[in-house]
Amino acid sequence: MALTIASREVDGVTVLDLSGRITLGEGSVQLRDAIRGLISKGQKSILLNLAEVNYIDSSGLGELVSAFTTAKNQQADVKLLNLTKKVHDLLQLTKLYTVFDIKDDEASAIASFK
Amino acid sequence: MKPVSGARSERQSLTLKSTVESVAVIEAAAKQQAAEAGLDEDECFHVCMAAHEGAVNAVLHGNEYDPGKKIAASIENNGSALIITIADQGKGFDPDSLPDPLAPENILRGTGRGIFLIRSFMDEVHFRQLNPGTELTMVKHLAPEIK
Repeated sequence: MALTIASREVDGVTVLDLSGRITLGEGSVQLRDAIRGLISKGQKSILLNLAEVNYIDSSGLGELVSAFTTAKNQQADVKLLNLTKKVHDLLQLTKLYTVFDIKDDEASAIASFK
Repeated sequence: MKPVSGARSERQSLTLKSTVESVAVIEAAAKQQAAEAGLDEDECFHVCMAAHEGAVNAVLHGNEYDPGKKIAASIENNGSALIITIADQGKGFDPDSLPDPLAPENILRGTGRGIFLIRSFMDEVHFRQLNPGTELTMVKHLAPEIK
């Protein structure tokens, strides 16, 4: 299943609702382009909703990390929301769980950007 | 570890192009064999992910998407283990020279986690330099080891 990305704004935060797989090829490129596009337009608060992401490979993890560092370099912030168990376990295994700000509730995630 | 069926399967051999689509073919074949071997959902996921990462490495790092180079993969259940091999025709590499992706200085790198994931998910991981190329063998034990 390819990656689909839907964008919405909530209280000044851009929420990207991701669905599918973030893997080598189209999925990871789509994510990279979406985040870089937002940052280039000056968006400082980006929340990635991963509730419908069932698979991330090492390339996808690399894109998440790149998104995080690109955002930091531009004084922007990327946070993660609603990790599935598989993605949660993957981030723990790779010690990326401590890198990202991970939320399990959208309202509190939005509030945390203030 | 819960013992699973000792049923063997014929070795499934694939020769594929160095494309992203070939990664999906190898992953699907691993998924089928893992399910037929009686692995549970988590174990199947781990085997599939390892096969996926091995195939990605062969396509991306080994053959560098070169249309003149092929990926050779095989998957077999020998009754006590699921064995997946993936070979590329690239320049070869030293797996012992790879940086540790968990080291603090490497955590924010955009690459370098594939082989770590393979080693995390499979019981045995072996590399053989083919000159040219590299063969990766990944093994998932299907039954407790009898000592």
